[in-house]
Amino acid sequence: MVNYVWLGMIVFGIIVAGVQGHIEVVTRAALDGAQVAVKTSLSLIAIITFWLGIMKLAEAAGLVQALARLVRPVMRFLFPGVPKDHPAMGAIVMNLSANILGLGNAATPMGLIAMQELQKLNRHRPDTASEAMCTFLALNTGCITLIPTTIIGIRLLYGSQDPTEIVGTTVFATFCGMTVAIIADRILRGIYKYR
Amino acid sequence: MYEIINQISRWAIPVMLLVIPLAAFIKRVPVFETFVEGAEAGFATAVKTIPYLTAMLVAVSIFRASGAMELVASWLAPALNLLGVPADIIPHAVMRPLSGGAALGIATELIKTHGPDSFIGRLVSTMQGSSDTTFYVLTLYFGSVGIKKYRYAIISGLTADFTTLVASIVICKVMF
Repeated sequence: MVNYVWLGMIVFGIIVAGVQGHIEVVTRAALDGAQVAVKTSLSLIAIITFWLGIMKLAEAAGLVQALARLVRPVMRFLFPGVPKDHPAMGAIVMNLSANILGLGNAATPMGLIAMQELQKLNRHRPDTASEAMCTFLALNTGCITLIPTTIIGIRLLYGSQDPTEIVGTTVFATFCGMTVAIIADRILRGIYKYR
Repeated sequence: MYEIINQISRWAIPVMLLVIPLAAFIKRVPVFETFVEGAEAGFATAVKTIPYLTAMLVAVSIFRASGAMELVASWLAPALNLLGVPADIIPHAVMRPLSGGAALGIATELIKTHGPDSFIGRLVSTMQGSSDTTFYVLTLYFGSVGIKKYRYAIISGLTADFTTLVASIVICKVMF
């Protein structure tokens, strides 16, 4: 699937650029994209290093496990394949909590930690996403954000009478997205099992 | 309500940074060594994401700069117009799963042009706030552990994106 999407964007993009007579933008766009990727990864080093250190402490202190125990029933339903006391459960909860509170720069490192923990359970096919990983990503891309800080800031900047009035509609929309993501994940899991 | 949640967001990380090392210390964990041990993997994790992100962002960048994105948006316009959706928000809807920065740029532009309290302004705010950059999250998270086969993760991610889009339109029509 990702192969088709990736190739499709490149091939279609180049054809459109050619037909519209500005083929010269392609090379620059490709290199710009590569540069953004490297910059993004490098700027992740600081926050990932920092949060991995803090998370290791939280794990050693037993806090991650305690958090995981707190929401065990929900997590058992969502991630039936993950052992109930596995550190992945705690990391997933931390990541989703950070997302809900709109703590973007803490959410990403915790998500990466969760992925690493899930990867430890994914021994026989390490280059293929496990079911738990797919569920985690579905939750993550559709995750509820209570405070969409950036957009509230922009609304304020352009003189909105009530910058936060969109919080209610945002929570509603994101809740719908997450519900459908969980349902779609379950259906697709069943379909892909027989392939 | 917003004020309470906002305060929680502001305090969450400082409180964590206070409680976690203290709790570890009380449990007789060697705090400094444990932090360093955990942090050690940070550099490698970030570097490992470079090839995956490069692959994805190069494709997104070509797709956008070539004008292909606008073309796809213009194909979607008639269908959405039937539902009473303003055509101005279509580029944002197409861009949102692909590039967070580009989508935010489009949202800002729309808010600037139409005003934050117009229907388009409120709709695009809701769309921006309620969705995430699916392809970026997929590439980054899977890339960090070397997953190359995403299986059905893209389909469920895009299903969620589409639902969020439809739900944003419906709720904004009802509320505003």
